[in-house]
Parts: sequence; C-alpha cells; structure tokens
Amino acid sequence: MGGFDFAYLAAALPLLWEGMQVTLLLTLFGIIGGLTLGAVLAVLRLSRTRPVALAAAAYVTFFRSIPILLGLFWFYFLVPIWLGRPIDGFYAALAGFVLFEAAYFCEIIRAGIQSVRHGQVLAGLASGLTYRQTMRSVVLPQALRNMLPVLLTQSINLFKGTSLVYIVGVRDFLTAADVIGARDNRIVEMYALVAIVYFLICFAASLLARRLQRRYAI
Amino acid sequence: MIEIEHLSKWYGDFRVLADCTTAVAKGEVVVVCGPSGSGKSTLIKCVNGLEPFDEGRVTVDGIAVGDRRTDLPRLRARIGMVFQNFELYPHMSVTENICLAQIKVLKRGRSEAVARARALLQRVGLADHAGKFPGNLSGGQQQRVAIARALAMDPIAMLFDEPTSALDPEMINEVLDVMVGLAEDGMTMIVVTHEMGFARKVAGRVVFMDEGRIVEDAPTNEFFAAPRSDRARLFLSKILQH
Repeated sequence: MGGFDFAYLAAALPLLWEGMQVTLLLTLFGIIGGLTLGAVLAVLRLSRTRPVALAAAAYVTFFRSIPILLGLFWFYFLVPIWLGRPIDGFYAALAGFVLFEAAYFCEIIRAGIQSVRHGQVLAGLASGLTYRQTMRSVVLPQALRNMLPVLLTQSINLFKGTSLVYIVGVRDFLTAADVIGARDNRIVEMYALVAIVYFLICFAASLLARRLQRRYAI
Repeated sequence: MIEIEHLSKWYGDFRVLADCTTAVAKGEVVVVCGPSGSGKSTLIKCVNGLEPFDEGRVTVDGIAVGDRRTDLPRLRARIGMVFQNFELYPHMSVTENICLAQIKVLKRGRSEAVARARALLQRVGLADHAGKFPGNLSGGQQQRVAIARALAMDPIAMLFDEPTSALDPEMINEVLDVMVGLAEDGMTMIVVTHEMGFARKVAGRVVFMDEGRIVEDAPTNEFFAAPRSDRARLFLSKILQH
C-alpha cells in the first residue's frame, strides 16, 4: 500500500475535479429543484382548502419516511422498466434528490412562514396592503431570514448525500476517488482526501450559515 | 362616520360579540373598555374587516365593511390601526416602515413618502430615529412609530387596540401624549384601553363591554360619575383602586 504520497495526489486531481463537478452539479440542481418544488408544496400545505393541505402533508410524510437510497433505486431501476428505456444515472439520481429534498425544504419553508407572528399579517392588511402584498413585503422577507440557516444546513446535507450516486454508477467526487484508489492501490490516500475535502467544504458552509444567521437575525 | 349595528360574532358555539350597536361621529373620540375577553378588541377589528362577523352591519364613511363587493384593502388604507404589540416590520428601518403602504397602496413616489415619514417622525418626537430598526427602539418609541405609520396614510379615522398595554409604565405617557395631540386635532378615534385618565381627558364617550355585549355607552362624565350597570361599577372600582 505504501506511505502517504502527496505527489501522487496531485496527479489524480484532474479526475477528482471531474468528479467534484458532478457532485456540485447534483447539489446545485438538487437545491434549485428541491427548493422550487418545496416552496410550492409549502404553499399548498398552508392552504385553507383542506384536501390540498392534506395532499401536500401526505407527500411530505411519505418522502420523509423512506430512505432516499430507495428513491434512487426507483428512478434507476424501476422507472426505466415503466418507460421502456434506460435513464442516465445522473438524471435518475437528480430526480430522486429533487423529490426527496422537496419534502424537507417544504417543511423548512412552512416553519419559516409560520414563525412570523400573525400580528404582522394583520398590520400589513390593516395598512391597506392586499394579502399577496403582505406576504411578499412583510411575511416572506422575515420568513426567509428565519429559515436561511436551516436551508443552508439542509443544503449541506444534500451535498454529502449526493455521494449516494455511487450505487447507480454516476462518477461523482467520492466515486472518482474510489475508482482511482482501487486502480492504483492508493485507497488510504484517496479516502483520506475525500474526507478532508468534504469536511472543509461542509465546515466552511456551516461557518457561512452561522454568519448569515447573525447578520440577518431580527 | 362609523356605524356598528346589531353586530354579532361566534367562534364555534362561543359568542364573542352579542348584538353590539354604537356609532362614532366624525371628530369624536370613543374609549372602549371592559374586562379582558369581553370582545373589545374583536369589536374594533370588525370596523376595518380584520375580523369577519356573522350578523349585523358595520359601515365606515358610508361603506359597508361586511359587503363582499367592498374593496377592503382600499377601505383599510383609510382607517389607521395601532396594535398592542406595535407590529412594526422588524426587517425594515423606521422610515421604510412608514413608507411601505404609502408607496404600495397610495402609489406615492419614494421621495414624497420619505418626506411624509420625516414630518410624522418629527410630530411624534422621533426625528432622530428615522434610520434605526424597530429592534433598537424602546417600546414607547416603537408604538409612536406605529402611530406615525398609520397617520402616513392620511386616515379618516384611527383604531387603537390597547396601545399601551404592552408598555413599561414609564413609557405609557409618551404614547398617550401623541394620542391626546391627535384627539385635539380632531381625529376620529376608537381606543380600546384601560387608561382611564386618558379617557377622562379626551374621550367624548365611553363604551363599556362585558361578555361580548355593550353594557354601557355613555358620555365620559356620566360614565365616571355614575355608571348605570353594576358590572361597570365593579370594573371601575377595580381599575381605579390604585
């Protein structure tokens, strides 16, 4: 297995960077898709029309109750059978992440909106703003500030969670490192490197989350 | 200007308002008092339609609040409201708080709105605090900003929902002074409050409520000199003890 060889790591960087790009893309699109769907779900969940609210709640409960890995299996193995053609692992994984993350983002957004005092809505309405204007100018800006740190934490979780694509054959950062390590018999260096990189990125992001929280605290 | 006729409202089986009738003329100041849970706050929230009601009629300046065809936001823009917990927008500066509805509802230009905000802050004695955020103001200062925010809409009437109940005692007067000034300028006001000194000083009439009913509706002097109902007498004896 040999000792720790830093020169070797440098040579592996281009392939690792390719893997990291896949990881970052999955995270980015996962966040965008998850947030968008999550915001829609949150609005539905807060709807005064009961069946609508219940349907959204059912979605959230369902997706939070099953392992995300199973979701990836569905999209990679089952949906292609139904469609009659294979789905690229990247898209299968992304679809899984978006649907699952949306459930978590929905709850974060809902809690953020509900954390704003009802009196704020009354004050907005009393001043002549419409309900929509009150939501946009009074409630949502406060809700967003309240939910920002949690949103960031959830995004960090997604970033780490994307490593699950390993099992559907997508070459993300972790998979790339694994492949290189196995090929060159340098598993120790590779696994150590992967741990350090994940740690540094997540640690930096959580520091950012804390700073944002302090800055926007109201 | 404000007419309330046979107003009733239920929360499920619980009747919060029971056949309430009263009226407030232009320029009149009416104090609404009564034990907690007597429906005072619900009553004034019916005036600008923040609370829907089940029976009766409320009209403001001839416009029926409960009518589905009434443009409620437009009507509310003409009625200022001040809340117990101030409800300033914490993410906006004092000036932004006062400008928001001016710009969004009255479609005033930014500079006009800011100028109006500045003049009103001067009036409530907070000219130096225009750029601050609500979190950096005392309760009394926040409530004065809230009054300025309501006045910025050039309201035809003002509703006050226990404006001093959440304040430390030493801050109550700075808010009451602003309200007295408003009353002296001829503003039409309905004030839910337990500040009987304020009532004596500026209110033309006192409405006493208990268990959702208007038990007494009398000129201020009469109300304090000789309350007709036992319940009002009991309430006054408790509140004026100290």
